[in-house]
Amino acid sequence: MTGDTSLGKTPLGRARGLGSAGEGAEHWGLERASAAATLALLVWLAVSLLRLPALDHQTLSDWLKAPLAAVPMLLLVVAMFWHLKMGLVVIVEDYVHEEGRRILWLALINFAAIFAGALALFSVLKIALGGDVAG
Amino acid sequence: MHRNPNRPLAPHLGVWKWGPHMLVSILHRVTGAGLAIVGAGLFTWWLAAAASGPDAYETFTGWATWPWALVVWIGLTWALFQHALSGLRHLVMDIGAGYELGANRFWAAMTILFALLLTAAFWAYIIFWRLA
Repeated sequence: MTGDTSLGKTPLGRARGLGSAGEGAEHWGLERASAAATLALLVWLAVSLLRLPALDHQTLSDWLKAPLAAVPMLLLVVAMFWHLKMGLVVIVEDYVHEEGRRILWLALINFAAIFAGALALFSVLKIALGGDVAG
Repeated sequence: MHRNPNRPLAPHLGVWKWGPHMLVSILHRVTGAGLAIVGAGLFTWWLAAAASGPDAYETFTGWATWPWALVVWIGLTWALFQHALSGLRHLVMDIGAGYELGANRFWAAMTILFALLLTAAFWAYIIFWRLA
């Protein structure tokens, strides 16, 4: 491996693909990209909800049927759950040292984040595509 | 862990002098974990209840407007402001800026101050302008 220049010439280029997990730079970059997307979309959500006349079921459902409400909401769910999954993984990697327990926690985080994220995505899609909700 | 208890431990948490930068680092993780578990949990409940129909949504809003739930909402908004501001500070530090001791401590303290101010301003707006 010594003298192999295929790893790249810049410091970042050399760092890519290295580290104990072999993918540290990607995790690092995605954590920040998902953070920026989550922040921007949460500001959008807060402003949108404050602009609604009320937050009852009918008003919320009608609002979520608009493409420009449903699509940012879907993107928010993806960015936010991706970001929180990565953040919780880093915490476990830092503090849970015993191999078995670490694997258990990482599995739990992944299953929980994917389940909750899928539930949120399906809920948005159901409201957005569901036609008129009774009541 | 296969650690020999007779060997000395490297000085770890005990040797650090407390300062705003240390506090903000810890707060970033604590608020992040809180938002991930409580915040995202309530967010998912809200959406799933809305998708399940008016009755399920009523159950959610019934809980959400319970007076003691306000403690959770205010806590979550503070956690979000703190995590967002210390996160923005991390983005600045990622480009290599703000590591001088004075600047580092100053901006760490500012994230704490502004997170509290933004939380107060947000709830003052909700309570005195929107609900009044």
